[in-house]
Amino acid sequence: MDAKQPGRRRFLKSGAALAGLAVSGIRPAAGQTPGASPDVVHKERAAYGQPSRFEAASRIPAGPNPGSRTPLQDVVGIIAANGLHFVQSSYSGDNIDPRKHRLLIHGMVHRPLIFSLEDLKRLPSVSRIHFVECTGNTSPVTPSLTTIRGGIGDGTGKGSEWIDELHQSVQQTHGKMGCAWYTGVLLSVLLREAGVKPEAGWLLLEGAEPGHLSRSIPLAKGMDDVLVAYGQNGEAIRPEQGYPFRTVVPGFEGNINIKWLRRVKVIDQPHMVKEEINNYTSLRLDGKARWFQLEMPVKSVITFPSSGQRLPGPGFYNITGLAWSGRGAIRKVEVSVDSGRTWKDAQLEDPVVRMAWTRFHFPWTWNGEATRVLSRSTDEQGDVQPTLAEFSKVWGVNLEYWRKTTNFVNHFNVIQPWKINGDGSVQNAMLG
Amino acid sequence: MRCLANLLVPAIMALSGGLVTLAQTPPYNVGRPATDQEIRAWDIAIGPEGEELPPGSGTSKEGAKIYAQRCASCHGPTAAEGKFIHGPLLGGRETLTTLYPLKTLGSYWPFATGIWDYIRRGMPPGGEGSLTTDEVYHLTAFLLYRNGIIKETDVLNEKNLPKIQMPNRNGFVPAKPEWKPGEKRPHGLYP
Ligand code: HEC
Repeated sequence: MDAKQPGRRRFLKSGAALAGLAVSGIRPAAGQTPGASPDVVHKERAAYGQPSRFEAASRIPAGPNPGSRTPLQDVVGIIAANGLHFVQSSYSGDNIDPRKHRLLIHGMVHRPLIFSLEDLKRLPSVSRIHFVECTGNTSPVTPSLTTIRGGIGDGTGKGSEWIDELHQSVQQTHGKMGCAWYTGVLLSVLLREAGVKPEAGWLLLEGAEPGHLSRSIPLAKGMDDVLVAYGQNGEAIRPEQGYPFRTVVPGFEGNINIKWLRRVKVIDQPHMVKEEINNYTSLRLDGKARWFQLEMPVKSVITFPSSGQRLPGPGFYNITGLAWSGRGAIRKVEVSVDSGRTWKDAQLEDPVVRMAWTRFHFPWTWNGEATRVLSRSTDEQGDVQPTLAEFSKVWGVNLEYWRKTTNFVNHFNVIQPWKINGDGSVQNAMLG
Repeated sequence: MRCLANLLVPAIMALSGGLVTLAQTPPYNVGRPATDQEIRAWDIAIGPEGEELPPGSGTSKEGAKIYAQRCASCHGPTAAEGKFIHGPLLGGRETLTTLYPLKTLGSYWPFATGIWDYIRRGMPPGGEGSLTTDEVYHLTAFLLYRNGIIKETDVLNEKNLPKIQMPNRNGFVPAKPEWKPGEKRPHGLYP
């Protein structure tokens, strides 16, 4: 199961494994021409269509860390195209051969089992629309910033990464998320095949990439709506998204949606891996930290008009944007076109799906005067997206805190104001 | 944790039509049985009680040598140099309530088992999984010693590593992780 050794020789070596599968009555890999080497298949990639040469939408790097951000200003509807969907991982996924890749389910089960991609495709499948959002998306403080501030406690911090920056686009502020139509098998189906023992309470999900990123999730979530997805938006999952299959854990922190899934261990308590005891905990002002926050909070952002765009002149504009919640469906989005003084309901476009982007629209005639436009979402739990002032009050800090601290604050879901200047240019106005 | 696990049992039963089904009939009979050998090869995760730790031992003296060869290029000669996103591997006590909290193994991590697990699965980048079991014990001993948590002469093994009391063990709320589906929480899930 060495994922690093590519090429034809490895394919030949795996012949024995394939023969074994044939004996147990499993079809050979679908869509695979007998005798064709993987390299030939790759050369035919040119037949895969491309966007118009007049379209510039593309991902941009996410700071010094490996990864990239979705161009939310260019996304239409509620699906991020596979070539535009954000990536946040240091592994490309290029070397995982689906014919050798396996999923092991073990631990507190009656029957430890191994599944191939072919096995998964034999099982009943579902297709579901879900967002995946990086836990730190929109956070004014990022881990890399901690380094940039040289900050490690010496008080020499400069301004925060984007909160003060007028020209940060919605791709830069909110782009560490995507939403896609995933196809795969419910994890509960696989767990039932293995037979979960009564003492189990949690699951450990683990990837096949070097470093084997792992996270623990409650068993109840795994028995509910977690997907082992091999399809994304009508085609095979892309390598950087977890090919040949990944988990989609609806509404949970992006980092929990383990890619290149190789193992699910059924356990009685969380495993306390590094991500659970360091990176994805939240340190409060009293020095205590919260762990296992898991669900992403209710949030929304206007994608048009947004920072970096320009309104050619007064007149009619369809304000549009995205709303989502890790805790269910979006029930309401309100828009303010007078800097937050008054709010009116936006129209929600069908479909409105739980733990997915919801597209909203708000018809607006701009009179040509400078103003701010904002959106505020409410989810099915009744949770309402806070302003920065409200969020800060819950935290017990003033706005200066966000400019100065190196404390990495995840789950940052505050209302995003965009400023429309008299000349039609649009700017980030998070801090006024 | 046990009580949490028990609380979840009724949910499992409701979702799956009862434990009898879970124990007896695989609904589709797809997938093949995993052998003990296959499980052992992949079962690398170490929980907080450390029962999964492989037998072995290590000392900070040996760890210092391996650290100089395989870790110092990124983490700095003394492990105090903060070049990477989570900063240095030691220091930071008394900073957690300040504007510039410094989260390190010594100031923040609640379980020593997590250090062992992470070094084995994740370090060094490019050579993940290449350290032997004893090398991981040596390096863990070295980093715990450099953080003032164990003595230079202590010998670390699979029995005593899980018992090490990390300085920030009580720095997390709630004391044990809990999760209730759909539980109402404040904005940003704080404070
Ligand atoms: C090529 C550079 C590099 C080398 C060599 C390296 N590390 Fe790391 N180390 C990193 C980076 C980058 C991180 C942060 C990774 C992350 O959080 O995703 C890290 C994180 C860690 C952490 C977690 C720190 C924390 O507080 O989160 C430990 C422990 C660690 N390394 C130990 C080691 C040991 C032991 C070695 C030698 C075997 C080693 N590293 C070699 C780059 C390196």
